[in-house]
Amino acid sequence: MSEHIVSRNVYLLIFLALMVGTTITVLAAFQDFPGPLNVIVAMTIAVVKATLVVLYFMHVRYSARLIWVIVASALFWMGILFALTFSDYWTRGWL
Amino acid sequence: MAESYAAEHEASHPALQHHFENMEQQREAGTLGMWVFLVTEIMFFGGMFLAYTLYRSKYPEAFAVASNHLDIKLGAVNTAVLILSSLTMAMAVFSTQLGRLKAQIIYLILTIILGLVFLGIKAVEYHEKYVDHLIPGTLIPGNPFNPHLELPAGVSMRHVEMFYWIYFAMTGMHAVHMIIGIGLLSVLLYFSAKGRYSPEYHSPIEVSGLYWHFVDIVWIFLFPLLYLLGRHLGGHAG
Repeated sequence: MSEHIVSRNVYLLIFLALMVGTTITVLAAFQDFPGPLNVIVAMTIAVVKATLVVLYFMHVRYSARLIWVIVASALFWMGILFALTFSDYWTRGWL
Repeated sequence: MAESYAAEHEASHPALQHHFENMEQQREAGTLGMWVFLVTEIMFFGGMFLAYTLYRSKYPEAFAVASNHLDIKLGAVNTAVLILSSLTMAMAVFSTQLGRLKAQIIYLILTIILGLVFLGIKAVEYHEKYVDHLIPGTLIPGNPFNPHLELPAGVSMRHVEMFYWIYFAMTGMHAVHMIIGIGLLSVLLYFSAKGRYSPEYHSPIEVSGLYWHFVDIVWIFLFPLLYLLGRHLGGHAG
């Protein structure tokens, strides 16, 4: 078996990081940051948490390159979904 | 040549399917297939995240007012419960990789229990929304959407209702995925108790774990987007 086994300590560390991230996101939500900063902070923390789950709990960091391509393709198509939709809605007032 | 190959194949692990060369190739193919499925799941939830983003950008005040009526404590506790369940799921895979059968069974049971706790808390929240007349449309006979909310000037109740359509669609689909996940884990537990999974053969636990973590990731985004978006405007909690 050439499979990489992630150690228990790594799992615990990621778990702690996720709990800290959750705490920070709740505390930050009650602060009134200027402009759109609130949603930027919330989404940044969420993306970091999701990345930790994907890389370590879902073992992508230790997986074949093909798995990386599949994961990236999901983000790519999500990008198309959002970009095309908002290129419509955001520009409707331009006419 | 073909005969010796067949003989060699026969001598390998009983779980090895005939169309795979060896256990490692079979495991990697399974993981790849699960990831392709998860891409379709990401696109499925992606449509709802798109609807959320669109309507929130159109009606920011209404969404903030509506969101501030969700119970932030229950939402936060559920986030912690789900993250903990992801840890126990990861530990179930870990135990199987090391051939620790007893730990594998214990972690699967813990994961199922945490999944059920999540759904229980979700049910309490849904009931609160029912009591507060926050279930959109006329889905519940005799209990139409009619909350007693004080709306700021210029905020339409229809747009508050829009938030709750999206809230119930997204958390509802998430809960359906949790129920399916608990079903998967129960099947795993049954075969696990029969000693079916070993360091050589643990693909079913591995790919079910991928699914479970994916459902956790969806919630990692749902929690701030649904529960926390209007708190900084001095909203009243739950």
